[in-house]
Amino acid sequence: MNAGVTIIKTAAETALAQSFAQAAPRLPGDDKVAERRQAAFAVFAKEGLPHRRVEEWKYTDLRALMRDAKPLASLPDAAAKAAAKEAGALFRDIEARRIVFVDGAFVPELSDIANLENGLSVTPLARALSDGDPLLASHLGKLAPAGDVAMALNTALMGDGAVIRIAAGTAIERPLYLQFVASKKPAASFVRSLVVVEPDARAMLIESHEGPAGSDYQTNAAVELFVGDRAHVDHVKVIGEGADALHVSTLAAAVGAHARFNSFTFTVGGAVVRNQLFLRFDGEETVASIRGASLLKGRQHGDNTLVAEHIAHGCQCREVFKTVLDDEAHGVFQGRIVVRSKAQKTDAKMMTRALLLSEKAEADSKPELEIFADDVQCGHGATAGALDDDLKFYLMARGIPDAEAEALLIQAFLGEAIEGIEHAGVREALIDSVAAWLKARAS
Amino acid sequence: MALLEIKNLHVEIDGKEILKGLDLTVNAGEVHAIMGPNGSGKSTLAYVLAGKADYTPTAGEVLFNGKSLFEMGPDERAAAGLFLAFQYPLEIPGVATMTFLRTALNAQRKKRGEPELSTPEFIKKVRDLAGKLGIEQEMLRRAVNVGFSGGEKKRNEVLQMALLEPRLAVLDETDSGLDIDALKIVAEGVNQLRSPQRSFVVITHYQRLLSYIVPDIVHVLSAGRIVKTGGKDLALELEARGYAEYQEEAAA
Repeated sequence: MNAGVTIIKTAAETALAQSFAQAAPRLPGDDKVAERRQAAFAVFAKEGLPHRRVEEWKYTDLRALMRDAKPLASLPDAAAKAAAKEAGALFRDIEARRIVFVDGAFVPELSDIANLENGLSVTPLARALSDGDPLLASHLGKLAPAGDVAMALNTALMGDGAVIRIAAGTAIERPLYLQFVASKKPAASFVRSLVVVEPDARAMLIESHEGPAGSDYQTNAAVELFVGDRAHVDHVKVIGEGADALHVSTLAAAVGAHARFNSFTFTVGGAVVRNQLFLRFDGEETVASIRGASLLKGRQHGDNTLVAEHIAHGCQCREVFKTVLDDEAHGVFQGRIVVRSKAQKTDAKMMTRALLLSEKAEADSKPELEIFADDVQCGHGATAGALDDDLKFYLMARGIPDAEAEALLIQAFLGEAIEGIEHAGVREALIDSVAAWLKARAS
Repeated sequence: MALLEIKNLHVEIDGKEILKGLDLTVNAGEVHAIMGPNGSGKSTLAYVLAGKADYTPTAGEVLFNGKSLFEMGPDERAAAGLFLAFQYPLEIPGVATMTFLRTALNAQRKKRGEPELSTPEFIKKVRDLAGKLGIEQEMLRRAVNVGFSGGEKKRNEVLQMALLEPRLAVLDETDSGLDIDALKIVAEGVNQLRSPQRSFVVITHYQRLLSYIVPDIVHVLSAGRIVKTGGKDLALELEARGYAEYQEEAAA
């Protein structure tokens, strides 16, 4: 049966197989869930870690970048929980409902899930799996692309996460803030969340991922998001992992008709980051804005990979991803817009721009359009370049010193992506974060 | 002591010599006009004074307030009181005009050891100056020069000059692209800034601007050198007779 080519497993692949074999009996969920985990793991076992000859992972060779697989994180101890209280500083001033996970496990004492608004339910995934929550049976795993190995590993090993449901017609004003914090122990966590926003409901979902520098921990995080008809969802994800962390995360979303969906990903931390967005526009006349800003320095590797699939008629989607690269950083953007034959009148525009602050930085962009309808407006653009010397001279000729002039131009470059965030507090926090990054760069 | 002293200045761009031994002395309170045909080196002079990269001085020196200009970066020159009004002011998408003005003013004040202006003080100052120059408040809310007409950009340059209060302002073809009404507004803005302490170098191709900004001294620049210096009447003479005789002189 074997065609003769034996793929030698890497240390990481072997360790993942061991982790799964050992953990499988105690991972939450009934037999059906266990079966699903086995099936997902089989996808990984067959494909192995994605490498550069797998087109979707061309610029992020996970097989090479992931030298080992950390053991699955154990439940956080008191010290880890205490340390996690310091996390989430970026959004300290935002009045949000915090749902905190340390090393991938829900921590009730750091979270605020009491007195939920009417129409809102929040359940830790581990409990939902153990209890056989019917929402999982109907929704979990429905949006995950079957062949994606990162998502398959997540499904196989998912330990905890948030299961959130917002009932039809409910507007939840207070943002829901999923905070994922890694402790000092270099371990691997697999978190999976499911967010179901029913028709005519409204919510804002914030996600942040952070951990200490000096620990080469690994995060695989996934969110499946259902946006109902006429619903309005704002999503903001901050990848602020520790400097040595490996972070792979996925947002898989299905958006209904006449909905509004805005998603923004801010990448500033982590040694290796792969951020995946799989979007499906199932319902007609929806308006979406998918944006991202990445600030990478040192030898950071940051990859935003987006697939937007238009199935229904007349949706409008704007995608803008900006990347600032310093030192020897490597930025990747892959964006694919797919327009199915029934998705006439689709209006989809994708733009990616990279700003290279160093001659050794690298930016790779791969925009793709796959269009099967004949009456659409689709376009994409990609640029990569250095700061404009003439603009810098103009600023300096007015007395603005070199570093400050560059900072102004970098902020201006990112502005288009960040200023689209509707929530003023979140927007300002991110602008402050950019300013802090620039300040660290100048010193 | 002269405010600006240029001695035997030679400047190259991409290995090509543009200024070939230029001498110019500007004392405090004087307005000098530099006129000359296209390609004579007028804009090169403006840029080399402001410190643009790729404009390489190969010989001579420039003293500003007694200090060598070439040892200072463009931002230090600005803080020391040098201002260049650009012939083609740049558009900077994403940088709000007010942020730009405020960053510039405070950076200069900081370098001079002066306290930063408070927000209300700053806003009042900009609004007053903008009002005098006929700059709409709405323009101040836009990104720097983005969507501005040619005339609006030039007025914005004069606004920056008025706000930054330089010791020496170099106006590089500030009249180009302006209709007569805009020209009057810009000239009026410049004239209001004239003082015994402040000097101007007005670079222009045409005499027209000099009817509104009346110079003390007029120089003719040709082929990288000052070839003639005279009073304000020299500008009228040039207008009537053209630059032909100076070009021949320079070529000879």
